[in-house]
Amino acid sequence: MFKQASWEEPIIFNLRREGRKGHIPPKLEEEIKKAVGEADTLIPKSMQRTSPLRLPELSEAEVTRHFIRLSEMNFGVDSGFYPLGSCTMKYNPKINEQLANLPTIAMIHPYQDESTVQGILEILYALERWLAELTGTQEVCLHPAAGAHGEFLGTLLMRAYHKMNGEDGKRSEVIVPDSAHGTNPASAAMAGFKVVVVPSDEEGCVNLEALKAAVSEKTAGLMLTNPNTLGIFEKNIEEIAKTIHEAGGLLYYDGANLNPLLGIVRPGDMGFDIVHINIHKTFATPHGGGGPGAGPVGVSEELAEFLPVPRITYDGEKYRLDYDKPHSIGKIRSFYGNVAVLLKAYAYILSLGFEGLKEVAEVSVLNANYIMHKLKGVKGLTLPYNSRKPRKHECVFSAKPLKSETGVSALNIAKRLLDYGFHAPTIYFPLIVEEALMIEPTETFEKEELDRFVDAMQKICEEAYNNPEAVLKAPHNTAVPRLDEVKASHPKTMALSWRMFNKRMGEIEVLNK
Amino acid sequence: MGKHNHPYIPNSQQKIKNEMIREIGIKNIDELYADIPGKYKLKKNLNIPQSALSEFEVKRHVETLLSKNKTCNDMPIFLGAGCWPHYVPAVVKEIVQRSEFLTAYTPYQPEVSQGMLQDLFEYQSMICELTNMDVANCSMYDWASALGEAARMASRVTGRNEILIPRIIHSERALTLKTYAEPVGIKVEDLAYDKESGQISLEDLRKKVSEKTAAVYIENPSYLGFIEEQAEEIGKEAHSHGTLFIVGVDPISLGILKPPGDYGADIVIGEAQPLGNSMNFGGPLLGIFACRDDMSLVRQMPGRIIGLTTTLSNDRHGFCMALQTREQHIRREKATSNICSNEALCAVASAVYMALLGPQGLKELGETIVCKANYAMRQLSKIDGVKAPVFESSHFKEFTINFDESGLSVKEIHKRLLQRKIHGGKDISKEFPELGETALYCVTEIHSKAEIDRLAEALSEILTGG
Repeated sequence: MFKQASWEEPIIFNLRREGRKGHIPPKLEEEIKKAVGEADTLIPKSMQRTSPLRLPELSEAEVTRHFIRLSEMNFGVDSGFYPLGSCTMKYNPKINEQLANLPTIAMIHPYQDESTVQGILEILYALERWLAELTGTQEVCLHPAAGAHGEFLGTLLMRAYHKMNGEDGKRSEVIVPDSAHGTNPASAAMAGFKVVVVPSDEEGCVNLEALKAAVSEKTAGLMLTNPNTLGIFEKNIEEIAKTIHEAGGLLYYDGANLNPLLGIVRPGDMGFDIVHINIHKTFATPHGGGGPGAGPVGVSEELAEFLPVPRITYDGEKYRLDYDKPHSIGKIRSFYGNVAVLLKAYAYILSLGFEGLKEVAEVSVLNANYIMHKLKGVKGLTLPYNSRKPRKHECVFSAKPLKSETGVSALNIAKRLLDYGFHAPTIYFPLIVEEALMIEPTETFEKEELDRFVDAMQKICEEAYNNPEAVLKAPHNTAVPRLDEVKASHPKTMALSWRMFNKRMGEIEVLNK
Repeated sequence: MGKHNHPYIPNSQQKIKNEMIREIGIKNIDELYADIPGKYKLKKNLNIPQSALSEFEVKRHVETLLSKNKTCNDMPIFLGAGCWPHYVPAVVKEIVQRSEFLTAYTPYQPEVSQGMLQDLFEYQSMICELTNMDVANCSMYDWASALGEAARMASRVTGRNEILIPRIIHSERALTLKTYAEPVGIKVEDLAYDKESGQISLEDLRKKVSEKTAAVYIENPSYLGFIEEQAEEIGKEAHSHGTLFIVGVDPISLGILKPPGDYGADIVIGEAQPLGNSMNFGGPLLGIFACRDDMSLVRQMPGRIIGLTTTLSNDRHGFCMALQTREQHIRREKATSNICSNEALCAVASAVYMALLGPQGLKELGETIVCKANYAMRQLSKIDGVKAPVFESSHFKEFTINFDESGLSVKEIHKRLLQRKIHGGKDISKEFPELGETALYCVTEIHSKAEIDRLAEALSEILTGG
């Protein structure tokens, strides 16, 4: 069984030893010092720091060891199987990291003269073209820093489009299915829309009748994930697109689940007007423990004029940044996007090519259906929503029977999986499946690892019937056992920083030496 | 061997695929796509690279393209304006390349993600020390989007919908703010500045701030590099109307500059790219977001927050995500923000950076920067036809240079500097037409005296008709 390192690593402030030095910053030349005098003569007294700065004081070696030990208490895709549904945790090629760390990208400034950054502009321009081609859209904007940022941009584009048509204020509703990612309703609300939720049908797809009843002259658009969060392709997509477009709305594609469609079906061809792409999912850039990612947005021709500035242009000789776009929505962030992340996606597309990307899609689907097939019939689990239908990149099981028969929940299964050296699937999502276990294997894990995972799932479900305690008390082999997550959010015991903890010391008895 | 057998796809070998296909009980993979209407299936090859390249070919190709870029190793670059050249210590790079951090997802399973959670808790804690705030989230996308989120938060907390910002602000930051503010009906208004000093006009502030104002926002140092000295008075004025006081910072200044918590800030935002993150052509960046320990503020914060807790058995400390009920995956359309993926690994870089530098390192670094920038201003202002800085205030690492008296435009001067292998500052003549032919220059610890002197010589050559 897996055994994670379990350092009792103190909080870094507790390692502090006054006067220790971790780094010598570049030195100030004596001549400069002579010319300008002491630094404190250059800053008004009233604006100088007087309160002590209580940062750690450690040697370089100690800082390194501290963070290396912490890294040993973390689990990444390189550690083992990571079937976190809808997150597409695939292998992150190492060459891409090497390239993104070259000084020729790391050390260039966004406002450099265009003539001095032709290389990176060429890469970004090509990436825009490739992503447009892969999604079946006309123009792509690379600015959004994450998927949700792309969704925010997408919903702002809906506003801009309806405003242009003289329907500002009138088109006030965005429709999302009840199986949607939480970011969809949150993004629509951020852009000022009222969110209208439509239910799923017995097959797990958008309920067409409900959709038809929900659309009106107030409809700004529909946000849809296809394949949806059950891993099921929305079979009525043609009818859905027609319904929305006839009502005057726009169709938004949440690209979280694009991986199984690469090179096979394009959102644009299905009628989607706006598409976001999660570069850190489909295009194999690392998630970094929560970012940075990138969430480019592709749009149809009629929406292109609203995209944020600048746009990258190419006249056959030179790449330029064009700010002259009178209908642009403006800016959603500084500069041009998470360029170091985007570069990795560029390299990834080169490493696979069209043929390889198609293979990515097909094998991701093969792997998901393989796991689904092997887990079907495991006592305690069911596969809700038409269990005979093939899934795409992921499948969602329910542990409802297991819970009612043994008390072991989806959460307990997830925790027990950690003991076997697997990351847990996404749990309790989508909301339309009780005790949900959402499994996305991606194309980058070998059959043997998939088999080991299936074995572990079977064993855990058996354990639930024979020895439920082992599962209920899991995990046993991780850096720490189960944590008190309620305590972390309770007003009395909440400690969101080291100083807040010190202020409230009395509230939490157990602390680190 | 299958046609497309690829190193990133272990099951792409035809033999393995056949085994799996047999096991599932289908004839081929196409069957798994049978539910997709045929009319949507691609029947052509896409216009992207067709076949896989070898790793060597990819490396050669990308390196060749990137080699067309000129970096700050090739020529001194005096650009800042929201993304700054600072030295990144080797340890920082080493830690963020640890694949346990690099290839992990958001720490949804805390027991197996203690490393990342502790990293982020330490980042939050160090940001609090630097800014003198109590609570920080574990990152926003960048300073500009953090400003947008701060305005929305202030509006939710106060139930008001106006925000006052300085006229002297990065135009991209102001545009981003408007993008975030407009959909919820927040009105953004500028505060005038004193023509001599650049400082915010208190008179204008008093005229504009009212019981309708959700927040007053200032930056320190300002966008044009000078220190806003009336920060405390501005904060007091805001508070006297029940208005929140938001301060934007360049955190690398806080080893020597007064932290916003010392002059009454309720919310502190800023750009932490200088703390251990490379410029990368402007992204990824790292937005700071912090506030006071006041539950009416904390509950309205956007973004992910890591908290300290204990094990259920209460015998050991540990870390997990806190206050998740503010977030989109729980609260959906009622969430405080839609942010999910953020800039976590950049926050790790900053945590390592702050731990390495420590209080002494950040103080020394701040002193070095302010001295170099002041040296540059002195040398440049000696040149005929040059005014540096435009404003009579103290400057930290950025400053304005006005060329009106030289008769040359910023654009022309930039061109001639570039011919001499020097990259000048940002042309702000369009952002601030009232300042004439003015550029914003940035000097940090990486600029040597020799480079600054070379800049001065080149400028004087150019302006004397060279």
